[in-house]
Amino acid sequence: MFDALIDQFWSLTFSGIALGFIYVLIAMGYTMVYGVLRMINFANSEIFMVGAFATVMVSKYVFELSNDAIPPSNVKLFLVILCCIVASMLASALLAFLVELVAYRHLRNRTTNRIAPLISAIGIGIVISEIVRILTGARTQFSPNIVPKKTLATFQGAEIRLDSTLTIVAGLILFIILDRFIKYSRLGKGIRAVSMDEDSAKLMGVNLNRVISLTFILGGLMTGAAGFFYVNVYENVKFNMGFSLGLAAFTAAVIGGIGNIRGAFFGGISLGLVEIYASAVIGTQWKPVTVFIILILILLFKPNGIFGEAVQRTRV
Amino acid sequence: MINLRDKGAEFWERSNRPVRVLTVFAIMAVVAALPYAGNTFLQTPVAAFDAVLVYPMGMFILMALGLNVVVGKSGMLDLGYVAFFAVGAYTMAILGTRTGLNTWEIMPIGIAAAMFAGVLLAIPTLRLRGDYLAIVTLGFGEIVRVSALNSEAIGGALGIAGVPFPPGLGFEYQLLDQKYFFWTILVMILLVIWVIRRLTVRRPGRAWESIRQDEDAAELMGVSTYKYKIWAFVFGAAIGGGAGVFYASRSMVIAPDNFTLNTSILILACVVFGGMGNIWGVIVGAAILGYLPDRFRFLSDARLLLFGLVLVVFMNLRPEGILPRKKREKAIVKKGSGA
Repeated sequence: MFDALIDQFWSLTFSGIALGFIYVLIAMGYTMVYGVLRMINFANSEIFMVGAFATVMVSKYVFELSNDAIPPSNVKLFLVILCCIVASMLASALLAFLVELVAYRHLRNRTTNRIAPLISAIGIGIVISEIVRILTGARTQFSPNIVPKKTLATFQGAEIRLDSTLTIVAGLILFIILDRFIKYSRLGKGIRAVSMDEDSAKLMGVNLNRVISLTFILGGLMTGAAGFFYVNVYENVKFNMGFSLGLAAFTAAVIGGIGNIRGAFFGGISLGLVEIYASAVIGTQWKPVTVFIILILILLFKPNGIFGEAVQRTRV
Repeated sequence: MINLRDKGAEFWERSNRPVRVLTVFAIMAVVAALPYAGNTFLQTPVAAFDAVLVYPMGMFILMALGLNVVVGKSGMLDLGYVAFFAVGAYTMAILGTRTGLNTWEIMPIGIAAAMFAGVLLAIPTLRLRGDYLAIVTLGFGEIVRVSALNSEAIGGALGIAGVPFPPGLGFEYQLLDQKYFFWTILVMILLVIWVIRRLTVRRPGRAWESIRQDEDAAELMGVSTYKYKIWAFVFGAAIGGGAGVFYASRSMVIAPDNFTLNTSILILACVVFGGMGNIWGVIVGAAILGYLPDRFRFLSDARLLLFGLVLVVFMNLRPEGILPRKKREKAIVKKGSGA
C-alpha cells in the first residue's frame, strides 16, 4: 500500500509542491477578501476558471500569430509566458473587481445579514460559469503546449520538469511581492487597517470602498496567475473546473487560518502535498474525503487554523 | 419596502376565530387542488405538473423547513444539508431493495439514521462558529457523497435502482398520476410545520432565538447553548432524512449525483430567498425556486444563468427575503458575530 509512496517519494513531493502553489495563489483570493470583509468569496472559483480560459485563448492566439514567423527560442518562450500570465491575471482581476461592484457593494451597505452576500456570491458564480458554459458549448478546451515539459534535472530518481519548476519559482515570487506589498505599501497598510477595525480605519481617513476594490483586484491577480499555472501543467479547461480546485484552495486557506496570507501559504503547500501523497496511498477517488477529514481534525484541535489569531473569536 | 410578513400578521391578529379557520381551510383547499391545475398557465412544458409539485417543489419545501431550523432559527450556517437527505434516501434504497420492509416502516429508521449522522457531525463541529462551521458542514456533505460514489456495496456511481413505491393506504401510488404523492408530502409538510411551531414558542425555540441573536449573552444567561445547537442540528437532520426516504421511494432510482453540493446550496437559497427564520417565507421561497427552473425550461440553455441572475438581483433588492422575519425577532447583529 505504501510502496507507491516510498518508491516515488521525491517525484510525488515535487508535484505536490507545484500543486500546492496553485492552491496558494487561489487561496489568496479567498483569504484576503475574508480578512477584509469577513465573507467567503464564493465566486473566486469562477474567477480562477475565467483566468484559466483567458490563458488558453491568448496562448492559442499567440501561437497562431507567431508559430511560423519566429523560430522557437528562449526569448520567445519568455515573451509567450509573459503574455499569457499577464492576460489571465488581468482578466481575473477585472472580473473580481466587477463581481465586487455588482454582487457585494450594494449589499454591504444595506444589511448586516451575513448570509445574503453569500447567496449573492453563489448567484454571481452560477452566472459566470453558465455564461462560459454557453459560450464554449460545455466542451473541454485544450491549450497548446506553452512551456515544454522537458526535464531539467533528476533528483533521487525524480524528474524535475520545467513546467512545475516555473510554477514553484513564479508562485514564490508572486507571493513574496504580495506579502511585501501588503506589509509596506500605503494601500497595503490600508488593507491591514480595514481588516483590523473597519470603523477606526474609516475614521482615520481610509477610503473603504477603494480598499475593498483593491483587495478584490489583488486577490483576482493572484487567482488569475493560478489559472495560468494550472493550464500550463494540465493543458485543458472546462466551465466547471473551478469548483473542486476552489474548494481545495478554500480548505487550504482555512487550514492556515483564514484571513492570514502566510497561513494560506503554509496551508496550500501542505494541502498539495497531502493530496498527492494520499492519492498515491489510497487512490485518487478518496482524495476529497482525506482532504476534508484533515480539515475537520485540524479545526477540532486548532479551531482558528494553524496560524489563526488567538483572538479570532471576537472577529469571526 | 413593503413588509408582506407584517401585513399578513396584522390580518391574522385582527381577525376572529371563524375567519381564521375559514382562511386556513380556503388556503388548504387551494393547495390540495393544485394537482388538478395542470392544464392552466401553471403547466410546466417538459415535466408533468403533478410531478413537479412533488419534486422539486414539495421536497424543497420540506427540506427548506428543516434547514430553516438550523440556519434561520439558530443562526448556524450549514452548507452540507444534502448529507442528511442522502442518508435518508440510501437507508430507504438499501432496506427497501434488500428486506421486505415498506416505506412507512423504513421512514423511522431513515430518520433515526439521519439523526445519528447529525449527532456524529454536530458533536465535534458545533464548537466552531460562523464560516468555519459552514466549511466543515460543506466538507461533510462531500464526504458522504464521495463515500457513496466509491462504495461498490451500495451501487457506486450507478446508485441503487428498483426502490419500491410506498404501499397504498386504500389507494395506489402511481408513476403517471402523482397526486397521491403530492398529498402525502403535503401531510408531511403540515406535520413538520406543526412541530416547528410548537417548538418555536417553547423553551427550545427561545433558546435557538437567543443563540442566533447573541451566543455569548445566551450562554451567560444560563442557556445551554451547546445542547440546543445540537438539538437544532439533529432536528434539521431528521427532517432532511425523512424527505430523503420519501424521495428515494418516489424516484425508484437514486445515485450519488442526486446529492451534490448544488442541492445544499439550492435549499439554502430557498431559505434565504424566502426569508430566513420565517416558516411562511421559507415555504414561498422554496415553492418559487423549485417551480421556476421547470416552468422556464423552454429557455433550456439559459435557465441556470437566469436562476443565478435572479439570486443576485433579488438579494440586492431584498436582502431579508420575500417574507422577512418578525420585526421584534430582528436582532441587532453586529458585524462579525455569527450568521
